[in-house]
Amino acid sequence: MHLHKFEKIWLIFGIVALVVFLGVVGITAFSHDHTPSGGMDTIDPEQVSVTAPFDNPGVHQLDDDTYEAVIIAKAFAYEAQELRVPAGKEIIFKVTSTDVVHSFTIDDTKVNMMVIPGQITTRKYTFSEPGTYLILCNEYCGTGHHFMYSEIEVY
Amino acid sequence: MEKKQEHEHDHLDLRGTLFSVMVVGAIIVGMWVVVYLMYMGR
Amino acid sequence: MIAAKDSKIAIWNIIVAYSAFLIGTFMGLLQVFVRNDALGLPAWLDYYQVLTVHGVLLALIFTTFFIFGFFTTGMSKSLGAFGPKVRLFSWIGFWVTLTGTLLATVLILIGEASVLYTFYAPMQANGWYYVGLALFVVGTLITSFALVGHYMRWRRAHKGELSPLFAFMTVTTIVMWAIACIGVVITVLFQYIPWAFGWTDTINVELSRSLFWYFGHPLVYFWLLPAYIAWYVIVPKLLGVKVFSDSLARLAFVLFILFSIPVGFHHQLTEPGISNFWKYLQVVLTFMVIIPSLMTAFTMFANFEISGRKKGATGLFGWIRKLPWKDVRFTSIFIAMAFFIPGGAGGIINASFQLNEVVHNTLWVVGHFHITVGTPVAMTFMGLTFWLIPYLTGRRFTKSMQKLAFVQIITWSIGMLLMSTAQHLLGLLGAPRRTAFTGYGDHPSTVEWFQGLLSNHLTMAIGGSILFLSAMILIYIVVMSLFLSPKAERAEQEVEFPLAESDKSNTPHFLENWKIWIGIAFALIFIAYAIPLAQMIHNAPPGSFGFRTW
Repeated sequence: MHLHKFEKIWLIFGIVALVVFLGVVGITAFSHDHTPSGGMDTIDPEQVSVTAPFDNPGVHQLDDDTYEAVIIAKAFAYEAQELRVPAGKEIIFKVTSTDVVHSFTIDDTKVNMMVIPGQITTRKYTFSEPGTYLILCNEYCGTGHHFMYSEIEVY
Repeated sequence: MEKKQEHEHDHLDLRGTLFSVMVVGAIIVGMWVVVYLMYMGR
Repeated sequence: MIAAKDSKIAIWNIIVAYSAFLIGTFMGLLQVFVRNDALGLPAWLDYYQVLTVHGVLLALIFTTFFIFGFFTTGMSKSLGAFGPKVRLFSWIGFWVTLTGTLLATVLILIGEASVLYTFYAPMQANGWYYVGLALFVVGTLITSFALVGHYMRWRRAHKGELSPLFAFMTVTTIVMWAIACIGVVITVLFQYIPWAFGWTDTINVELSRSLFWYFGHPLVYFWLLPAYIAWYVIVPKLLGVKVFSDSLARLAFVLFILFSIPVGFHHQLTEPGISNFWKYLQVVLTFMVIIPSLMTAFTMFANFEISGRKKGATGLFGWIRKLPWKDVRFTSIFIAMAFFIPGGAGGIINASFQLNEVVHNTLWVVGHFHITVGTPVAMTFMGLTFWLIPYLTGRRFTKSMQKLAFVQIITWSIGMLLMSTAQHLLGLLGAPRRTAFTGYGDHPSTVEWFQGLLSNHLTMAIGGSILFLSAMILIYIVVMSLFLSPKAERAEQEVEFPLAESDKSNTPHFLENWKIWIGIAFALIFIAYAIPLAQMIHNAPPGSFGFRTW
C-alpha cells in the first residue's frame, strides 16, 4: 500500500482539520458547559402530571441567578403557565412528553431539545436579548404537528 | 517490475489533484467555521 | 452480456426501483406545492402520508432495488454466471423484499402508517406495517447472502487469489448491511411487532430509537457505497485509465465496515437517555468514517488528472478540458461527485456534537440528504442506468437518448441546486423539517425566515417542479431502454459494462481477510454500544403505550 506524497499531504491536512474540529467542540462542550441538551432522568409517562416537578409546570425562581422552566409537551401543545423569563439569568429547561416524541425548540437560540416520553430532557440557557421568542416542535408528532408552537417572553 | 510500478506512482504529476482536494478542504473548513460561529452567536 | 437468466433478475430489480421512483418523485412534487400553500390536499390524503410515501419509496425502495440490480449485474459480470442456487435465492430474496414493500406501501396509502420512514415509537402504526418492513429487510438479506454465496464459490475455485475489485466492494457493502440490519431486526421483531399487535402493552422508546439509529447510519452508507463502487471501478474505465490504487480502494472500503456502524448516536445528539460521554465517543468514531471519503476524493481527482495528462494536458488545470464531458455516463457521475463536496461538509457539521443543535430537525437536514443521497447517490444511479439497462436488454443507447439524458441530468442539477440551497438556508434560520404548510400564526420569526432571496417556499417549489420534470424524462429513458429502443444489431452498437482494470499485484492479502474486519467491527460496536444500551435497558422508565396521532 503506497501513498502518493500529495495524498499524504492531503490526508494529514484532512486529519488535522478533523482533530481540530473534535478538539474545539470537545473542549467547549466539556470545560465550558456547552454540551447539547440531554439528561439521564426518567419519569413514568403515564404519571407526568403528578410527578415533581411536572405537577407544577411553569417558571420557578431557584435562586438569584437561576430559574427553572418546566414544560410538558403533548400532541399538539406545550403545557406551562405563561413562560416569562429574565434575560441574563440562567434558565434550566426541563421538558418531558406524555405521549409521542416531540421537540422543544426555541427559535434563534441553542435550545433545540428532543422530548422523549419516559425521559426528562434538560438544557441550560441564558438569553442575552429581551424579546418574544417562538417555540416550536420540529419532530413529527402527528396531524397537528405544524400547529404545535408557543412563545416565551424574555424581559 | 512490481516495485517499479509502485515508484511510478510518485512520478505522476498530481499537482492539479492536490490543488483540487485542498479546495475541497477549504470548503469543508469554511462551512464548518460558519456554522460554529452561528452556534456561538446563539 | 451476462447470462440471460441473471439479466432477468437484474432487470426486475430495476423495474421495481423505477416504479418506486415514479411514485416517490410525484409525492415530492405534491409536497413542495403544499408547503408553498399553492395546493390543498384532498381530505383523504394527508401531508404526512405523502411525506411517508416519498421517504419510503425513494430512500428505501428505489435505492435498495436499484443497488441489487447493479450488484447482480456486476457480480455476474466479474465472477461469472450464477449457479442455480444463487439464482433461486436471488429470486426468493427479490419476492420477499417486494412483498414487504407492497405490504408497507399499502398500509401507508390507506392511512394506517403515517409514521414516516423512521417510524419512531410510541407512534404506533398498524402491526402489518412493521411486518412489511421486517419482510423488506429479510428479503434484502436473502438476496445479499445469495450474492455472498456466489462470491464464496469463486473464492473456493480461485484459492489464494484476491477477488476482482467489483466483487470485493460488493461483498464489503453487503457485510456492512448485514451487520447493520441486526439493530433494526431486533427492534422490529422484539419491540414493535409484539407491541403493535397487542402482545405487549408498552415499548422502551429510547432503546427502540437507539436500535433504529444503529441501523440508520450504516443505511446511508448502504446507499453511498454502491455509488462509490461506480466511482472507483466504472469512472476510470470511462476516463481510459486503470483503477488508481487497488489496495487503497480496498482499504477505503474496509474502513467503511469498521466505522460506519458504531456511530448512530450522532443522530441522537440532542436527546436524553444517552450520556454526553457516549455521545462524544460516537462523534469521534463518526469522524473516523470521514477518512475513507477523504481518500476517495483524492483518488477521484487523481483519476481525472492522470486521464487528462495521458491525453496531452499540461499545466495545473489543463486536464479539466480533456475530461470526456460529452459522455453522459461520465458527466452525470461527475456532477454527482461535485454535489457530494458540500454534502459531505454538511455531514461533518451535523455530526459535530453541540453544533448539531443549530441544524437538528431543521430544513437543513432535508437539504443535506438531497445533496447526499438525493444527488450524489441518485445521480450516480442515473449515470449507471443509462448504460446498465441497455446492457441488460441488448438495446441501443441511441444518440437522441444520450441528448435526452443530458437534459435530464442538467435539469436535476438545477432543480436540486435551487431546492437544496433554499432548504439549507431556511434550516440555518430555524425552519423545521417534516412540517406541512404553517406560519405559526404569522409569527414574525417565520415571516423573516421565508422572505430571503433564496430562503423561501417559492424557490423550493420551483426547484421541486424542475426535479419532477427531470424525473419524468428519466422514466421515459428507462421505459425506452427497457422495452422500445432499437435492438443492438452490430457489435459497435452494443452497450458495454465499463469496468476498469485494477492491478492487484501489490495489494496485501489481509485486506480480503474478512475475519479481521468483521472482528474489529464487532469490537468497535461493542465498545460504542454495550454500556449505553445496557443502561437504557437497566434504567428504563415505565414503557410507553401506543399512540395514533394522525
